[in-house]
Amino acid sequence: MESYLLTYLLFIPIVGSVILLFFKKENEKAIRYFGLFVSVVAFIVSLIIYYQFDSSLSTFQFLHQIKWIKSLHVSYQVGIDGVSLLLVLLTTFLTPLTLISSWKSVTKNVKLFTFFMLFLEAAMIGVFIALDLFLFYVFWEAMLIPMYFIIGIWGGGRRIYAAVKFFLFTMAGSLLMLVAIIWLAIYASHQLGYFSTNIVELYRVGPNVPHEIQQYMFLAFFISFAIKVPLFPLHTWLPDAHVEAPTAGSVILAGVLLKMGTYGMIRFCLPLFPQSTVQFAPVISILAVIGIIYGALVAMVQKDMKKLVAYSSVSHLGFIVLGIFALTPESIQGAVIQMINHGLSTGALFLLVGFIYERTHTREISYYGGIAKLVPVYATFLMIVSLSSIGLPGLNGFVGEFLILLGSFKSQVLDSWYFVIFGATGVIFAAVYLLWMYERVVWGRVTNEKLNGLTDMTPRELLVLIPIVIFIVWIGVYSSTFLSVSSATTESILHTVSTFTFNFL
Amino acid sequence: MSDITLVNLSLIILLLPIFGFTILIFFGKRFPKLYLLETTFLGIAFVLAAIIGFVKLGTLTEHTIIFQFTWIDFGKLPLFGHLKFILGVKIDNLTAIMLLVVTLISFLVHVYSIGYMHGDKRFSRYYAYLGLFSFSMLGIVLTHNLLTLYIFWELVGLSSYLLIGFWFEKKSAADAGKKAFLVNRVGDIGMFLGILILFTNYHTFTYDSIFAAIGAGHLPFNSPAWLTAAGILLFMGAVGKSAQFPLHVWLPDAMEGPTPVSALIHAATMVAAGVYMVARIFPMLTADALLVIALVGGFTSFLAATIAITQNDIKKVLAYSTISQLGYMVMALGVGSYAYGFFHLVTHAWFKALLFLGSGSVIQAMHHEQDIRQMGGLRKKMPITYYTFLVATLAISGVPFFSGFLSKDGLLLGTYAFGSLTGHILIPIFGFTVVVLTAFYMFRLVIITFHGEPRNQEKYDHAKESPKVMTIPLIVLAVLSFFFWYSPNPFSSESGWFISKWIPTPHSVVPENMRFNFMKTAGEAAGHVQNGGEAIVHSPMYMEALHHAHYPAMILSILLAALGIFLAYWIYQWKKVDPDMLADRFNWLYKFSLNKWYFDELYHATFVAGTVGLGKVLAWFDSNIVDGVVNGAAWVTRKVSQFSGAFDHYVVDGLVNFSAFASGFLGLVLKKFQTGKVQTYVVFVVFSVLILLLIFRPF
Repeated sequence: MESYLLTYLLFIPIVGSVILLFFKKENEKAIRYFGLFVSVVAFIVSLIIYYQFDSSLSTFQFLHQIKWIKSLHVSYQVGIDGVSLLLVLLTTFLTPLTLISSWKSVTKNVKLFTFFMLFLEAAMIGVFIALDLFLFYVFWEAMLIPMYFIIGIWGGGRRIYAAVKFFLFTMAGSLLMLVAIIWLAIYASHQLGYFSTNIVELYRVGPNVPHEIQQYMFLAFFISFAIKVPLFPLHTWLPDAHVEAPTAGSVILAGVLLKMGTYGMIRFCLPLFPQSTVQFAPVISILAVIGIIYGALVAMVQKDMKKLVAYSSVSHLGFIVLGIFALTPESIQGAVIQMINHGLSTGALFLLVGFIYERTHTREISYYGGIAKLVPVYATFLMIVSLSSIGLPGLNGFVGEFLILLGSFKSQVLDSWYFVIFGATGVIFAAVYLLWMYERVVWGRVTNEKLNGLTDMTPRELLVLIPIVIFIVWIGVYSSTFLSVSSATTESILHTVSTFTFNFL
Repeated sequence: MSDITLVNLSLIILLLPIFGFTILIFFGKRFPKLYLLETTFLGIAFVLAAIIGFVKLGTLTEHTIIFQFTWIDFGKLPLFGHLKFILGVKIDNLTAIMLLVVTLISFLVHVYSIGYMHGDKRFSRYYAYLGLFSFSMLGIVLTHNLLTLYIFWELVGLSSYLLIGFWFEKKSAADAGKKAFLVNRVGDIGMFLGILILFTNYHTFTYDSIFAAIGAGHLPFNSPAWLTAAGILLFMGAVGKSAQFPLHVWLPDAMEGPTPVSALIHAATMVAAGVYMVARIFPMLTADALLVIALVGGFTSFLAATIAITQNDIKKVLAYSTISQLGYMVMALGVGSYAYGFFHLVTHAWFKALLFLGSGSVIQAMHHEQDIRQMGGLRKKMPITYYTFLVATLAISGVPFFSGFLSKDGLLLGTYAFGSLTGHILIPIFGFTVVVLTAFYMFRLVIITFHGEPRNQEKYDHAKESPKVMTIPLIVLAVLSFFFWYSPNPFSSESGWFISKWIPTPHSVVPENMRFNFMKTAGEAAGHVQNGGEAIVHSPMYMEALHHAHYPAMILSILLAALGIFLAYWIYQWKKVDPDMLADRFNWLYKFSLNKWYFDELYHATFVAGTVGLGKVLAWFDSNIVDGVVNGAAWVTRKVSQFSGAFDHYVVDGLVNFSAFASGFLGLVLKKFQTGKVQTYVVFVVFSVLILLLIFRPF
């Protein structure tokens, strides 16, 4: 099935950002509305793709190919399957919301900000739809540029440190991946007769790479993705980047950027290097479980709300990695839905922290207390979102965590219930740090007089949060809508891994 | 009435409260009268539950209704077959009775709260939370599988959290809510792991399918130990929810919530959900698991009763009493006295809800005073509250003609038989000791609160009987605490419909060699699993032991109850002994009981401090070591580049500059020779030739 839809989707924000350059810098209102318009159009196009998508197929759909570098057989090739569709939807869903959320908070150089946000959106979409490693790499790196500037220009006090750290950390990983891409493509040229970076073709080559070479390729890819995730102990760029980034940056960072790492694992590590995946799965899962508990414990004692949420991401992403490398249908499905969940819940948490920060200009937990009386609507939303992040049944987080733990428990590859026992304690700790924060910030009496003038959520802020909360409940109550999109894909990937290894399915 | 009608009715019952919740959350502020809608909904739910109960218990006694549908479908998998999550409803006698209990108490609490919560700022919010709770609790009751059980299990936890922390301005209330949630989570994780074990092995969450598979001889991971483990892990959920030792610490703190909430959630229904769950999974519990359950229950009932005798907060006494009675129920299930465990759940629900609502009436009259040392003589001021409270006290103390006697007697008989057959005599000892303690602390409470002279004259003067909206629920519950609802014979429940007809002990599906000897039955076909059927799991030996123990146990329990009541009168009514003198004499014991065996202090010093401490250490580790490595790498890189910068500047560039300098210098020297005078050049040439000649000496 040949279709231009994905290309349209990719180019809408690109073209939009170019047109934006012709706007007058002073005309901020028009710039904001135009940016919002472009991102909403992109969202509508992605919805059209969703409706035309056939979730019963496990192959790539909406394929579109243009020859690019003929001598190297590099082509512009895009297409999606169930996993990438969900992530594309998440991207196009969150971008307009973040633009609305920064309506008042970003006042410095609005034109440049909107330009970078659209640029970022295009790069993120590109990462999720690219079916050529070369193209993928281009988007993967391109995404760094706008994010670097968003943190570096609109960030907090230590923004330069955070931006540079973020950039260098990710770069280091990407270079490893670049080496592995070239290595793999050269290897493929022996087998295929020509140099190729086409993923569909490489899927046939990867599993046949001799084991001693394959494991290095796997590790190169994996480390690059693990930095992005971030997996313990490669996570320390995350708290700094999150704390310093403006709210919109944090939301996109937590909501989508981190998912690029876990997406990469599912898209590349598993089907390209099935043998190494199975070989390294236990070690990776141990790191994931350490990350779950470690992130939760460190989050618990943070004094800064944003940092707390940032560390909670380390913990939650640990669940996703565990789900991927437990290699069972439930756990991978759980990991996919948990990627969406985390994007929604943590995105919403960052938004809420950002909203209150705009009013008080502090994120210190000890500054607050008793704000439920002053801002009841805010308190209600924070409660719903916290509970979703805690994994309360009926809200989205539970579905992901449940499936991941269920899958990990019966995993033939991990073959040990320690992973689940320790992973499950992360569920307790999640309740500890979030409810404790909630109690200190929202409940109790108002002790800080400066809080007295606090105003409740504005209609604009509600406009941002209500759609997210709708999805939080929707996934929690009827996750089939979303799980069914990716089930054929995850099963086929898992099937690949299983057939090339010890048939654990 | 057809099955599907009953299912539909039950689903309406389930959805009414959540419907009310949704309306109240969104429109409660604008239309303050909407709480009446929620109350009406619960009233309707009760009527429907009564219809279901009437039909199910009356005409379809031995018929179990199941209704199910697919929730998440994973498709076909090579090794597992078709993998899907199924949700559904199961209506058997247990469900029908629980529906009645939950809807009626919930309805009464809704009515009562109209009076009790009158004037509260967040009145609508309160009713919304009650609706959320009722929905989740009914979900627990109705579900036919462990997955939805777990989901609703967490949701009751949430509503409990929200309602305990309802007056969140008080730090103690906020803390208590959080504590309840977290302590429950610990238990829930165990339950979760238990569910995982079962699902991994049987690929289903449905009780009946799991039992069928075990009954067919398919053990989890082919090992009996795992079956025991699964049972104990599931029971951990009940340990949390039903506040059993060692997770009992949250329930007393939960008394920070509004008193009607304590009656509904923390006395009658939610905390009993743990017992209900154990009853549900009863067929798959092995002898080892049952023994653990019996011991935990027995010890909990003893522990809590010893604490209750010294507490001075009216609600704290009732809270520990609840823990103790829940321990009884758990213990009853553990010793295989299934029917009585459940029977006690039901009778306890009425009289404990009554006690809490009664205490609420007192607290309201005393202007939110909860310390019984400030009360006294209230009998004259609030007769309805007093007499209904007394009925409940008689019931809980196990006095004949009241419901509590019937259920307690049967339950104690079970422990007695269990002790004599297995040799675990500690369990009946706990059971019978608690009878004395219960009668003692309950009458102590009644006497100090209602009898004698007022201790705080000012508060007493202002006290008055509560309005009708609060007293009518008390009367209804008091009526339900008499024996005739459960058995025509006030001294024996065996002829009662509860025991003889409605609650047959289900078949055990555990392999014969993993059951208690007395629970083996000859000729039981393996794999023949039918719940609600005509099952008899007890051996003739057990029945005989029961029969022999019948009268001794009954007489013993009556005597012990009488002893407890007598002691309470002796000390507090007739004042023959000064309680303060006793406290001085047994100071150490008194302090130990008053301070709740120091559990809070112990947990705070170990788990709480340990976790927070570990968090701090790890946070330090993260910012100094892990990030230190990163920043260190950056530092090293910077230093290396500084060095290479310096090398570049001084050595590489130095060489370049030196060569430039050298050629410049040479030029400077040599330019001296470039005079432009031919004579000088001739001199140079001559000298050069001479030197060359000297060197090469051609001659």
